[in-house]
Amino acid sequence: MSASADLARAFLADWDPATTRLESLRARYDAGLAWVSRPEGVGGLGASRDDQREVDGIFAAAGFPDNNAAANGIGLGMAAPTIFAVGTDEQKQRLLRPLWTGEEIWCQLFSEPGAGSDLANIATRATRTDGGWIVSGQKVWTSNAHNAVRALLVARTDPDLPKHEGLTYFAMNMLDPGVEVRPLRQLTGEAEFNEVFLTDVFVPDEDLLGSVNDGWRVAMTTLASERVSIGNSDADIEEAMVDVVERTWRSAPQRTRDVMQDRFLRLWVDARVADLTAARMKQQLAAGRPGPEGSALKVTFARLAQELSGLELELLGADGLGYGDWAMVRPTAVVFTGRDAGYRYLRAKGNSIEGGTTEILLNIIAEKVLGLPPEHRPDKGMAWKDSPR
Amino acid sequence: MTGDLLYSETEDALRESVRALLAANCPSDRVASMYDGDESLARDLWGAVSVAMELPAIGLPESLGGSGASAREVAVVMEELGRVVAPIPFLTSSVIAQRSLGHCGETDLLKAMADGSHVCALAVPFSSFGRTRGESVSVSGGRVTGSVAAVAGAGHADVILVPGLDGGDLTLQAVDAADAHVTRRSSLDMSRPVCDLTFESSPAREIARGQDADDAVSSGLLMGSAMLASEQVGVAEWCLETTVAYVKQRNQFGRPIGSFQAVKHRLARLWISVNSARAAARNAAVLVEPGDVPAKVAVALAQSYCSDVAVLAAEECVQLHGGIGMTWEHPTHLYLKRAKADQLALGTPAHYRARLAALNSL
Ligand SMILES: Cc1cc2nc3c(=O)[nH]c(=O)nc-3n(C[C@H](O)[C@H](O)[C@H](O)COP(=O)(O)OP(=O)(O)OC[C@H]3O[C@@H](n4cnc5c(N)ncnc54)[C@H](O)[C@@H]3O)c2cc1C
Repeated sequence: MSASADLARAFLADWDPATTRLESLRARYDAGLAWVSRPEGVGGLGASRDDQREVDGIFAAAGFPDNNAAANGIGLGMAAPTIFAVGTDEQKQRLLRPLWTGEEIWCQLFSEPGAGSDLANIATRATRTDGGWIVSGQKVWTSNAHNAVRALLVARTDPDLPKHEGLTYFAMNMLDPGVEVRPLRQLTGEAEFNEVFLTDVFVPDEDLLGSVNDGWRVAMTTLASERVSIGNSDADIEEAMVDVVERTWRSAPQRTRDVMQDRFLRLWVDARVADLTAARMKQQLAAGRPGPEGSALKVTFARLAQELSGLELELLGADGLGYGDWAMVRPTAVVFTGRDAGYRYLRAKGNSIEGGTTEILLNIIAEKVLGLPPEHRPDKGMAWKDSPR
Repeated sequence: MTGDLLYSETEDALRESVRALLAANCPSDRVASMYDGDESLARDLWGAVSVAMELPAIGLPESLGGSGASAREVAVVMEELGRVVAPIPFLTSSVIAQRSLGHCGETDLLKAMADGSHVCALAVPFSSFGRTRGESVSVSGGRVTGSVAAVAGAGHADVILVPGLDGGDLTLQAVDAADAHVTRRSSLDMSRPVCDLTFESSPAREIARGQDADDAVSSGLLMGSAMLASEQVGVAEWCLETTVAYVKQRNQFGRPIGSFQAVKHRLARLWISVNSARAAARNAAVLVEPGDVPAKVAVALAQSYCSDVAVLAAEECVQLHGGIGMTWEHPTHLYLKRAKADQLALGTPAHYRARLAALNSL
């Protein structure tokens, strides 16, 4: 029994279940019981990361309202680690509490029509103005922008510098009148992501994350967290694909199982080994700042999600020919293993694209982990404004 | 035993005219509309291919009003239909049902199908592998009762061919679609949606019984499986061509993404696979006609191989398009859904591999 757990019990002993959901969540945050391994004063206790699961379990068992983490994956999985890493004390105080309680949903304004894998090629401009910045440009594939009030934004502040050097990172207010969000429908039928048009959006200086022209480094922190967060989904929020497919497997006809057994078992073994690899990697990560190794988790996760969900449809036979619903809904939460098998199959295709494609992650492993020389980049060292696109 | 696996001049000419007809009449945005409930393309396109080329009867003998095309010619049509994910019941009516009816010598119904005015569907789950026992439908006194799930091509069918048990005997019954309850399912592939069929004492006319019925069904399904392989080749080919064109023009890191060796090698491998799938599908089309053991081996080989190649090609197409490949706006998703549904259709590759093991004593 950890000291964190004792504190959680003491907190709950004083908690009046009649308290509103929001007040309850805020109180839990203020008591340092939100993310216990974070420092005191910003939702944590400076405790060990291992305590978190126990504390979450105690709160869940007491019927304490949860912070609906599935609706704020980008906030919790990417924005929070970024703010912890580079934010000022003032920013941590101001941004983290509403983020954790879910009052403020976040989205990620990185990708653009011309800057996907080549993220550093971003063309959205941020220019200096009194007390802040004016931002204009177009973002695309922005998941959850339709629910978000805050965005992680990367914009170009100096086009005369080489592409990685002239970028700056902001925590942008999505409610600014210059922000226009248009739904983009996905092959699942849902409009999970969006196009976001930014026209003279004002971003005050207090929302600059990190320093001017240091946006690339900050973005790398976010992406490393994203890869771990996609590649290692929290079992409490989302069931693992292998477990879902194992259920389908058990109910498949014997003949189907006979002809597919080795294939299923290979994937089953790979999934168990992937869990062990993730566990081992977490033990290695002392400070909680993921390195390029996190990319490996995501590569494996995407492959398994795709192969398992593909196999599931084959196991289902006639039922695999159906599909839940093609209606264009705008989801508030995305659960990869939710809905029906057809959805799982189609949605998994995005797993090897979102948060850095599998090809890019393999390049990162080859270059950053193995030290292999990079491929020729014609724009290397060139001022962004002069580089070939 | 290997036949001529190339395309003849006649087949090339046939391809050209079918391709032109489909290019003018099957725009991908209207295929996508089918997912939102607008099925107008299905009827319009069926009308267009009936009037302009009499495609629905292309495989029927001339004596029945058809064009007498061989299986290998029909396979060329299937490739082209696959290339545009055409939402018409050609496979289910003009290939499978016509074959089953032909086996029974049902000339009146075949004649009615010749001008495209009558569409037929064989009432088996689209995932059926090889044959059916008909156990979900019972027949007595000229009426059928029961249900069949996930039937393809039934949505616009006029006549449904229903395998059903009369006592212990498998029979094949012709039922007017108006006398059946046809419930559309929301389907993975809405360009070939599946329906659930229910019969409540529906009036029926027996067209085959016993071994004859069994053979009629299995020869229809065998021909269907052979032709499906060619559709899969068409799907794969479109995905490959579309992806190759895209990676030449999409730049990242200051150069075309197709200039990265990782991308190049993937597409080169895919080309090898599509090329191989074509050989397997052609072989099935050449050998399927007699329905003997070599035919079954050739079809099983083609289905074991081509199903997975079509899925792979569609998946690579999504992946190498990046974000745009995940959208509704880009037509790739229509191919992914067709390829995946085709893989489950008429038996999965795993089932066919098991059959190959049995056929070859492996
Ligand atoms: C479901 C989903 C949700 C998303 N959500 C967000 C979001 O919330 N916010 C956000 O900012 N972005 C989001 N994205 C965008 C995502 O990050 C980009 O799609 C991704 O980085 C790829 O960029 P792109 O689409 O421009 O593809 P491209 O970069 O054009 O890539 C096309 C293909 O080329 C390959 N390729 C590119 N460069 C190389 C290379 N050097 N070597 C080998 N292969 C290469 C890629 O791997 C890919 O297969 C989302 C994407 C998806 C699919």
